[in-house]
Amino acid sequence: AMEDPPSSFRFRRAAVVAAGLIRYRRGGPGRGLVLRDVRRGRGPDIDDAGHKYHLEFVLEDLNDKDSTVNCTAEVLYHLGNRNTPPDVQFTTEGELKSSSEADHRFYNQIKSLEEELVAENIPDSHGNVPPALVPVRLLAGAAAGYVIWQNSTEDTELHLAQIKRVKQVKRSDEYLEFDYVILLHDVVSQ
Amino acid sequence: MKILLVFAALVAAACSEKLFMGDQVLRVTAGDEGQVTQLRVLGEQAELQVDFWRHPTRPGHPADLRVPFSSLPAVKTFLESNNISYSIMIEDVQELLDEERRTMVKSRRTERSTSTFDFASYHTIDEIYHWMDVLVGDHPNLVSKIQIGQSYENRPLYVLKFSTGGSNRSAIWLDTGIHPREWITQATGIWTANKIAEEYGKDPSVTAILDSMDIFFEIVTNPDGFVFTHSSDRLWRKTRSINAGSPCIGVDPNRNWDAGFGGSGASSDPCSETYHGPYAHSEREVKAIADFILGHGNVKSVISIHSYSQMLLFPYGYKTAPVPNHQEMNELAKKAVSDLAAVYGTKYTYGSIMDTIYAADGIAVDWAYDNGVKYSFTFELRDTGRYGFLLPSTQIIPTATETWPALLDVMVHVLEHPY
Repeated sequence: AMEDPPSSFRFRRAAVVAAGLIRYRRGGPGRGLVLRDVRRGRGPDIDDAGHKYHLEFVLEDLNDKDSTVNCTAEVLYHLGNRNTPPDVQFTTEGELKSSSEADHRFYNQIKSLEEELVAENIPDSHGNVPPALVPVRLLAGAAAGYVIWQNSTEDTELHLAQIKRVKQVKRSDEYLEFDYVILLHDVVSQ
Repeated sequence: MKILLVFAALVAAACSEKLFMGDQVLRVTAGDEGQVTQLRVLGEQAELQVDFWRHPTRPGHPADLRVPFSSLPAVKTFLESNNISYSIMIEDVQELLDEERRTMVKSRRTERSTSTFDFASYHTIDEIYHWMDVLVGDHPNLVSKIQIGQSYENRPLYVLKFSTGGSNRSAIWLDTGIHPREWITQATGIWTANKIAEEYGKDPSVTAILDSMDIFFEIVTNPDGFVFTHSSDRLWRKTRSINAGSPCIGVDPNRNWDAGFGGSGASSDPCSETYHGPYAHSEREVKAIADFILGHGNVKSVISIHSYSQMLLFPYGYKTAPVPNHQEMNELAKKAVSDLAAVYGTKYTYGSIMDTIYAADGIAVDWAYDNGVKYSFTFELRDTGRYGFLLPSTQIIPTATETWPALLDVMVHVLEHPY
């Protein structure tokens, strides 16, 4: 096992932020990218802009456990204005496996429903997610990735705890729209 | 006779599987005779398949209608456009049936011995307290149940005592579920307690430990909170005590200990998840343990089990200074997480609380350490945020199985380093 330097929790927090942004950009109902491991961390570099961390980490696709992707990122937490979300520059190694088949399957499933989708408590108290709702959860994860990125500081570590409620919004065009109420858990402040 | 009735009910429930998914029961009150007639007409429309559980008779008297899922929009539109008032009595009939079926199956299970207890499921407090009595009954010469106090809502605080005799032997204290939403911990506690009982006389390490030491294991350390996670809020963390002058309930039981109490690694806001409480040991659940450990006088290790984050931690959380035996604690933690990872590859980080997770004031292991209990550790079990507190029950046995060698490492070290 790798020796963990004393500041490892800071690298993990920064990696969670980067993973959130990557999940927002690349995730969807057919692909859910979560942090598996932090390989290396350096920092913080401290200057007038703020605190910057350099990271190497591995993401895994929730939809395909064997599918992992190596990433690097620089995460800059701004000092001055705490309302400014962290700057994240990232790279992902290689090509991500295509999710278009899963995305299309989800699209067609929802389109074929007679009534707009409504669901609650995903996962439920026992951690169960009905298979039909897995893409709904992955989609929430992608959206939550954005919220997590936007609301993170050096003193937070945010994870999607549960979808309290999801309601499909009726539309007259070909788009699918969902209204989510989600619970985020901050490991630091609980 | 009881078995036959349960079987018949199970068959009936099984046959009704999925027939009522999404159906609702509406309680409808007709305002006048005209509306009563309208409800009767509604019932006569065969294609809607409305099923009266209680028929419309007179104005002002409620009628109960089971409405199939597919007819709900039409029926509700009919009621609303005719200004007939209604409320939803049952949101989903199938769910109610499923719940009843689950309850019946469960109540069958509680009558059996520990060999058929379902360790791979999450259980209610009644099921756990019942299982404790069964465990004691199955191992009467090894396990007993003691009560160390009462919770805020007057629930008993039970501790399982594992002892092969002697008088006030050196002891190891374990607790799970102090934060009730961490369901994997109580579940792991049950499995582990059972494992200890089974392995005495078989596993050399367990036998050696119990031949000279006692183990005290509190599995439902926060029973009020645990009941609340079942009945109301699955993500409840604190106790359920009332805070004077505040609408917010509960104190964080792992910020309520007398070690760095009230510092910035806890909150002074009763509405916060890390509210430390009005004073140290204000919470009955905390005071009971502190009094027990101090009264016992011979506790050599405190192992407090939490989730999530996959970490093995030791003091301090309330100050940056390392404990005097930091190196020893670090080496032991390193070995334990290595043996844990060897089972399924699950990676843990380790170190002092301050270094590894965050500053935390008023925590149990810091208090224990400062009161002479040198081998005090906190486990944070699976996972690292994918499911967090809502860890699927399929992971209960793997989690308990991999944690076992790590726990043994700590307990063996305590045995081999008396002080």
